[in-house]
Amino acid sequence: MMMQDIVKVDNLSKQFGHLTAVDDLSFSVKSGDVYGFLGQNGAGKSTSIRMLLTLITPTSGHIELFGYDLNTHRKEILQQIGAVIEKPDVYKYLSAYQNLKLFAKLSGVKPTHTLLMDQLEMVGLANRANDTVKTFSQGMKQRLGIAIALVHNPQLIILDEPTNGLDPQGIADIRNLILILSKEQKKTVIVSSHLLNEIEQIASRILIFDKGKKLVEGTAQELFNTAQTILQLDTTNNTQALEFLLQSKWANNLQPMRDGQLIIQLDKSDIPLLNKDLVANNIEVLLLQPRHSLEDYFLQITAGKQHVGTFKN
Amino acid sequence: MWAHLKIELYKIFRRPRTYLAFAAITALIGVIQLGLLVDGKEYTSFVMADFTSSFAVDGKILNGYFICYVILQLLLVHVPLLIALIAADMISGEANMGTLRLLLTKPQSRTAIVTAKFLASVIYTLLLLIWIAVMGLFVSMLIFGTDDLFLMKSSYVVIVKESDVFWRYAGAFCFAALAMLTVTSLAFFLSFFAENSIGPIVATMSIIIVFTILSTMNIPIFNIIKPYLFTSHMITWKEFFDFKVNDANEAIVGSIQYPEKIIRSASILLIHIIGFAGTAILLFRKKDILS
Repeated sequence: MMMQDIVKVDNLSKQFGHLTAVDDLSFSVKSGDVYGFLGQNGAGKSTSIRMLLTLITPTSGHIELFGYDLNTHRKEILQQIGAVIEKPDVYKYLSAYQNLKLFAKLSGVKPTHTLLMDQLEMVGLANRANDTVKTFSQGMKQRLGIAIALVHNPQLIILDEPTNGLDPQGIADIRNLILILSKEQKKTVIVSSHLLNEIEQIASRILIFDKGKKLVEGTAQELFNTAQTILQLDTTNNTQALEFLLQSKWANNLQPMRDGQLIIQLDKSDIPLLNKDLVANNIEVLLLQPRHSLEDYFLQITAGKQHVGTFKN
Repeated sequence: MWAHLKIELYKIFRRPRTYLAFAAITALIGVIQLGLLVDGKEYTSFVMADFTSSFAVDGKILNGYFICYVILQLLLVHVPLLIALIAADMISGEANMGTLRLLLTKPQSRTAIVTAKFLASVIYTLLLLIWIAVMGLFVSMLIFGTDDLFLMKSSYVVIVKESDVFWRYAGAFCFAALAMLTVTSLAFFLSFFAENSIGPIVATMSIIIVFTILSTMNIPIFNIIKPYLFTSHMITWKEFFDFKVNDANEAIVGSIQYPEKIIRSASILLIHIIGFAGTAILLFRKKDILS
């Protein structure tokens, strides 16, 4: 069955003076996807999301949501979107209940007491419904932000850096919520993050940004499926091993070091040869292990080679 | 629009800051009333020293109408700050809190949202003026009673009959509302450009102070621009207390000496209000929300 495109973006660009924040971006999100925007801070994720939500006017390009042009059907489209943009800022002098009621009205929903309490119950804030938000922790504000985003039962949920400032439990809660929304409630979710493992665990499709441009798009599986393997190398003397590798034919295969570990990328068939070379040069290999992480892939395509051969202190 | 306006008013009147302005007005007027109640006679004899040496004054000069005139003269200089506290916060405050981006992701037209914000600050301004009227006029009438209104102008004296005063106050307050709404729209307009409310509040007050100085300085180069400065027209409410006289030099009850001055000033203030508010609304429709 053909899945319907919920979001279709063509050649989207945004310039702020001389700065190009988003450069010729095109992508589409299908119904039911958990679509991950991945990129370092300043890569253009938030600007792209803000353009999807009409907070920022694109310099050029075209955005279509639910089959409608965003320019001409803004109101109808926003009725079907719930969003949390960066920090979940709400009115601090109002209670959780009052905030939710106010935004429910603005979302076009009749805010019955049952609806509001059900939403607060869902995000675990029912017992704090009448407390002013200024007494809330960051995690509680984030949960209230999500309740506000979901109160009108939108089809598309956009979460921009939803785990910023959260503790590990809060991050896990958000991750579980996204999976519930996607799998149980069949919602389409766009989630952005600079945290790779977060996106890796939840996204069905991933778009990697760098300097405002789309670098690559695909499923996590597709992104891993590269011709070459990324290996982590550990020896009895890593300094000696690095010196040897830099002067050997393997120098071009060296990757930026991660967590003080030597990383090398090569064809699977070359692994025994590398091992043989190291042993022949009196370097005892303790570990030569393939890494299958999006982090490796992400760093491979976004980072320069400037870190190659330098140890972290 | 009404739904938006209700939400904006709800937000304004849920904030403690809003009531500070009403408390400040109450305290200021209370202090003036107390001072005049205790030492009012000395104050009036000092103000009228030159006049009473030549004329015998009959009746109660220190009455509610007179007190209200004193209060209006003093307060209308300071009320802009209290107005700016709310109006300059309408957009910039939401940008600072981060709620502006959440608000604008909702399926509502930007024009409706920003117009409701402006109308809410208009209502706040009008309520503040109504409160000044209640405290300054009605409470003063209650405490000090009523009589003819005796006003010392720079080169002449005006005595407005008791029966001819009240409608003049109604007109003066309506005009003061227009003057204060000019401040509201200026603060609201400046609010568009900032992401915290301090900047627009300070900018609003700075503009009013600079324009007021320019309006009062009698220097030829400034005289050219004076008629176009809104501050030159903010004090035109006083025109309601000047009346025409007949051939026998008797006051014509129900008349205003220079009604055309009032109409001209009101028109200029109205143009400023439409200009500031209209520009803010137009700009807001295309504003990139980066906060």
